[in-house]
Amino acid sequence: MAHSTETAVAPAPKGIGAYLGSHLREYGMLLALLLIMIFFQIVTGGTLLKPVNITNLFLQNSYIIIMALGMLLVIVAGHIDLSVGSVAAFVGAVSAVLTLNVGLPIYLVMPICLVVGMVIGAAQGYWIAYWRIPSFIVTLAGMLVFRGLTLWLLGGQNVGPFPKSFQSLSTGFIPDLFGVGKPNVTAIALVAAASAALIWQALKARRRNAAYGIQQEPPAMFALRNAFVVGALLFVGIQLAYFRGLPNVLMVMSVLIVAYAFFTENTVVGRRIYAIGGNLKASRLSGINADRLTFLTFVNMGALAALAGMIVTARLNSATPKAGVGFELDVIAAVFIGGASMSGGVGKIVGVVVGAFIMGVMNNGMSIMGIGIDYQQVIKGLVLLAAVIFDVYNKSKQG
Amino acid sequence: MQPLLEMRSITKTFPGVKALDEVNLTVMPGEIHALVGENGAGKSTLMKVLSGVYPAGSYEGEIHYDGKLAQFRTIRESESVGIIIIHQELALIPLLSIAENLFLGNERAAAGIVDWHETFAQTERHLARVGLSEPPSRLVGKIGVGKQQLVEIAKALAKDVRLLILDEPTAALQENDSQKLLDLLLELKSHGVTSIIISHKLNEVRRVADRVTVLRDGTTVATMDARSEAISEERIIRDMVGRDMAHRYPERERNIGNVILEVKDWNVWHPEQTERQIIKSAGFTVRAGEIVGVAGLMGSGRTELAMSLFGRSYGRNISGSVTMDGRPVDVSDVRRAVAAGIAYVTEDRKELGLILEEPIARNITLANLEAISTGGILNKAEESQVAERYRQAMRIRTPGVFQKVVNLSGGNQQKVVLSKWLFADPRVLILDEPTRGIDVGAKFEIYNIMNELVAQGRGVVMISSEMPELLGMCDRIYVMNEGRIVGELSAAEASQERIMAHILRN
Repeated sequence: MAHSTETAVAPAPKGIGAYLGSHLREYGMLLALLLIMIFFQIVTGGTLLKPVNITNLFLQNSYIIIMALGMLLVIVAGHIDLSVGSVAAFVGAVSAVLTLNVGLPIYLVMPICLVVGMVIGAAQGYWIAYWRIPSFIVTLAGMLVFRGLTLWLLGGQNVGPFPKSFQSLSTGFIPDLFGVGKPNVTAIALVAAASAALIWQALKARRRNAAYGIQQEPPAMFALRNAFVVGALLFVGIQLAYFRGLPNVLMVMSVLIVAYAFFTENTVVGRRIYAIGGNLKASRLSGINADRLTFLTFVNMGALAALAGMIVTARLNSATPKAGVGFELDVIAAVFIGGASMSGGVGKIVGVVVGAFIMGVMNNGMSIMGIGIDYQQVIKGLVLLAAVIFDVYNKSKQG
Repeated sequence: MQPLLEMRSITKTFPGVKALDEVNLTVMPGEIHALVGENGAGKSTLMKVLSGVYPAGSYEGEIHYDGKLAQFRTIRESESVGIIIIHQELALIPLLSIAENLFLGNERAAAGIVDWHETFAQTERHLARVGLSEPPSRLVGKIGVGKQQLVEIAKALAKDVRLLILDEPTAALQENDSQKLLDLLLELKSHGVTSIIISHKLNEVRRVADRVTVLRDGTTVATMDARSEAISEERIIRDMVGRDMAHRYPERERNIGNVILEVKDWNVWHPEQTERQIIKSAGFTVRAGEIVGVAGLMGSGRTELAMSLFGRSYGRNISGSVTMDGRPVDVSDVRRAVAAGIAYVTEDRKELGLILEEPIARNITLANLEAISTGGILNKAEESQVAERYRQAMRIRTPGVFQKVVNLSGGNQQKVVLSKWLFADPRVLILDEPTRGIDVGAKFEIYNIMNELVAQGRGVVMISSEMPELLGMCDRIYVMNEGRIVGELSAAEASQERIMAHILRN
């Protein structure tokens, strides 16, 4: 047998080229995002990265990313949720009724709406987890049911406008605590702090991994990747600071991204969700309560769909029966472009965020260029297909 | 008289394995010919050669059927001359009616339009011949296994069968259904149908067979005439198992302590076929420092016994008592079974044991994530240390513990599964076919690991279909057959003949 390999614990890094070659998938999408951004920056004559447009990019894509975080867990667990667009619309309608008809303040409306989302998620997850009804069917039913309920609740009308407090959920900005205004010093300070924390964490992890002999990326790659990420962060932060500062939504989204990244990679429950998606039977035989975890991923999805629904409603400043139509497809596309596997068990939060931004930047860039919605759809479809083909090709090449 | 079938010097090689080596089989017209042998002796392979599953050209030797050289390339060709196999796993479609099943692929039709009148009329006639009184429109899924077996035979009759081959036809049947089936075979014989019956039940062989052929390790050992002399069971058993015990097993100092695990009166029913009892009042004990073997043929209920014990992972209506160190324990789900100190290492590593696309480290810690986490947060550094420790202790051959399990060889995958369960720190490990699909060198390592486990005072239950392995490793051997524990042999008294005798006489 191959006893020669026995002593080789962590092969020495062979340089950036070889490393990139073997980790093409992880960096490929980031590279694709970069290229897409450069492309649109040029063809839109620099409009793409103007402060006002960057702000728009976040506002337009925040709810897709927020839902994609939950969708990743659902897909990793081996399921799908087609109902998120309808659920977001329904919860938006509920928030409108509670705010405008009942007259509740936002600090009551928000938690009630989140609970409504969780109950909806639980109602669907129950059949999927405990009755083993395919999630495709249950959530297809949910998609129809909640679209119908939205229409019913709103009486087929747009309901709005909302008070300022509710709108600030989407269109509000973190005020400048230092009172300078433009540039927004708070924004710059927050972004700088986040960058510092990111580098500190990365260095800490690297030192710890080295101590345990865990294989890692070559130093040059590590530096390059972190420089890129921090550079992008600082650039975006400074650009935003020259417009109106950090949008509230961006803060919510960032906190959620960090929390879900931590959850998926560093918690027992997160690990188990990957396990049930990877091999359901083996997980059950390892003592994992797969049914309950599946149920909980749908409860979580419901809560995030509810949050997204409120943000969309606040952004449009009205609840409409047509809100969220087709969201589920954008969300699912973002997860798959981000590298999740249709059969479950594989996928990363970072990938999902990159995937969502690829879709988002393309939407935004093509709109600025004035490309018709017909071509936009075609191009987005082809990008989704290309990303997944790239994935499958990569996998077959690895053998 | 001219033989109906003559298979001459059939040799069939798979990459690296000679499954059949110059096998001869002669079947006379109108006889019932029994084919016996251990699991893996080559019975099924021989029948697949005969029926064209392995097409002419993929084997050496000649098949003469009805006096002519036959070269079947597909099952359809062998069926067209009346050779029909009924497999152990019935090939009926439960959601179609008896009549539809009977003429599946052989439809009574003109120009693609099914003639239902003719279909039903012929079905009634064939059902009458096999003595089955069910309406032809009944769904096959709604009738019992015994009756399904009869439908299979009726289906064979509908194809004008001349040589009927039955692969363990009574394995899934109750006693009275088995008797009916054997009577039907004798009845068909009187109408000129020739049969080959593959069976492990010597009493059945004795009852219906005219001649018996014994296969062992892919060769014909003997063909005996049952009409002129009574077949001696001892003779058949010796012929079946008589291979030499050239394998080697690591030595171990026996240091056997108190009873750890005791199971009493364990009963389990089939998860879907609610009237079928799979485990019947089974009971056994495992002592500290002891390797206990469980012998039995495929389908004897060994895996079902183990899995039902391990958190009711198999079956329903489970009853019986389990004690550890004399105290009753709750094994009603996997978590509780693990907490009670039981671990089950599955026979099906890829389907039930591993998450193939995940790294070694994550597989090893999966059943005991609590041990590498605080407050639900994983300590990944500790995880890699744990994995590294097992990699060295188990000699898992890999460049590192972050390699995906799918890239490992069978033996190394098995070591990962073993590591996973050792990390859960059980008192008793149930190993289901721990060396299946593993090369000889890795087998020896697995045996060494087993010896280390019992040296630590744990108990090991080893389920295996390889009798030499059981005899070489175990302190005690239980013999299972048809869901019952039918014998218990100490290492000193156990032999292949004795184990086989226990199986075949029950």
